[in-house]
Amino acid sequence: MDLPTIQPRETSGCSAGSCGSNSSQMSGLSDDVRRRVQDHPCYSEEAHHHFARMHAAVAPACNIQCHYCNRKYDCANESRPGVVSELLTPEQAIKKTLAVAAAIPQMSVLGIAGPGDPLANPERTFATFRALAEKAPDIKLCVSTNGLALPECVEELAKHNIDHVTITINCLDPEVGAKIYPWIFWKNKRIFGKEAAAILIEQQQKGLEMLVAKGVLVKVNSVMIPGVNDEHLKEVSKVVKAKGAFLHNVMPLIAEAEHGTFYGVMGQRSPSPEELKALQDACEGDMNMMRHCRQCRADAVGLLGEDRGAEFTMDKVEAMNFDEDFLAEAMARRVALREQVAAEREAKHAKVHAPQPMGQAVITLHRPQKSALAGRPVLMAVAAKGGLINEHFGHAREFLVYEVTGAGAKLIGHRKTDLYCSGDDTCGEGESVLERTIRALSGCEVVLCSKIGYEPWGKLEAAGIQPNGEHPMEAIEPACIAVWNEMLKAGRLAPRQTEKQVA
Amino acid sequence: MALEIVESCVNCWACEPLCPSKAIVEAKPHFLIDADKCTECLGDFTDPQCATICPIEGAIVNELNEPLNPAGSLTGIPPARWAQVQREISAR
Ligand code: SF4
Ligand code: SF4
Ligand code: SF4
Repeated sequence: MDLPTIQPRETSGCSAGSCGSNSSQMSGLSDDVRRRVQDHPCYSEEAHHHFARMHAAVAPACNIQCHYCNRKYDCANESRPGVVSELLTPEQAIKKTLAVAAAIPQMSVLGIAGPGDPLANPERTFATFRALAEKAPDIKLCVSTNGLALPECVEELAKHNIDHVTITINCLDPEVGAKIYPWIFWKNKRIFGKEAAAILIEQQQKGLEMLVAKGVLVKVNSVMIPGVNDEHLKEVSKVVKAKGAFLHNVMPLIAEAEHGTFYGVMGQRSPSPEELKALQDACEGDMNMMRHCRQCRADAVGLLGEDRGAEFTMDKVEAMNFDEDFLAEAMARRVALREQVAAEREAKHAKVHAPQPMGQAVITLHRPQKSALAGRPVLMAVAAKGGLINEHFGHAREFLVYEVTGAGAKLIGHRKTDLYCSGDDTCGEGESVLERTIRALSGCEVVLCSKIGYEPWGKLEAAGIQPNGEHPMEAIEPACIAVWNEMLKAGRLAPRQTEKQVA
Repeated sequence: MALEIVESCVNCWACEPLCPSKAIVEAKPHFLIDADKCTECLGDFTDPQCATICPIEGAIVNELNEPLNPAGSLTGIPPARWAQVQREISAR
């Protein structure tokens, strides 16, 4: 179960902490895999700043039940996987994808993730993929599944050249599984409890192995359910890694009574940000973790964390007309943009690495060595879009959380918040929401934003979070590092008391 | 003899491709079973396929109007708990 060690190569992607999030994300991956995930906004932390994706909601049916899902619930404000406001036929999905890809040249991935399970709707799913492979061959296709029907679909998936598959794997033990999945539909019968979980688990693992054997990239998603599978996920992480999954993404359970889910109604709690991070840290030793996942909605459109879906409702799309030339031009624009981004990235990497002597270049291929550095790591929350610190504190719908050390800034997650500022900077009566936001930022010591009002400034400070508006419109990572260095100079980064005693 | 789909159906399509008698039709506001075509799957399957995959309790009923998947049977949520939570939500 060894982690594949990578050899330093002259032309490999950025591996230094100073390039930001990409480092730990990509270390441990072969050059081939690295190349394949480079442009994938869901898989590469670096790519999500530059590339957009959309999900097409063509697959309504599902063949299992998860305790965190209520198929009835359908809300446009909700950003939980499995929820859509618009079910598309394959023909509509194809047209919508072409329209989006023409309007947003960053568009590089089409995923089918719901509202049910794509592989429980094989005809609709594969009809969509087939047509797009033909009409927009530069767009990557991917699919997310619960895994029950995966083994029988592997052949077909490989045929359509779909090289990204996400499997949601929440357990390996049927005892645990029975607490997550009440039933499955299997060979014309409904099967309940442990027996159902055992079949599902076996199918998921078989599907994973078959995909890896075919050379298809596999990401594993897990939902962290406190008291149910939280400890168990460490084992899941080890096993799926050993079988060749290249990323493991641990997501927090979202459960509210109004969702009408089993967990919501029965009062199952969600993990705190600290618990989530602790589990992600524990799993990270074993494999690459993806921490920027936004739990995007199955019909989301745009860059990760944003949704431009309202611009592409079906009535708007139906009214559009495109001929061959239009499609070819749109594709040329996308390809040109990708080349430009690739060139910019290369230039950025070259600049960072150029002055480094050979010996050091080898060291940078490993994770940042925290202990070797003078200051302790600091969590910073950043109000940003597209890689720049460009959001007003009160307008931010979510904060990116970076772990900053002397070796660089690494994106480790995001915290969603309710908007408390209704437009003007006085933010009158939103106080309780501000408090909620502050709670969402717990564990962070600094919050970077383009601007911040007087009142939230004071409250943040009182909560032990230092607001910082000194880096508006700057790139996230260098700004975080600058702030960290200031803290270091000010003597605020001495190891914490407990760590001192140990040392 | 035939089963019937009632208003709690969420139009998820799961049942439609499984019907051996092609009795299920997409319709608004919800899917319907053509009573003339439905055989309750007799001769094809031991369990009526639509009611075996349907995720929604109460959405499919028999000729006596009895749900094939009664409240609590699929989600595992005890009906009393469900009612209590609904009351709490509407009281907010
Ligand atoms: S697999 Fe997806 S659609 Fe099916 S029950 Fe689970 S979350 Fe819901
Ligand atoms: S009971 Fe069988 S035949 Fe009747 S509608 Fe359902 S699936 Fe079709
Ligand atoms: S499976 Fe149930 S909810 Fe889904 S369409 Fe059929 S009757 Fe309606």
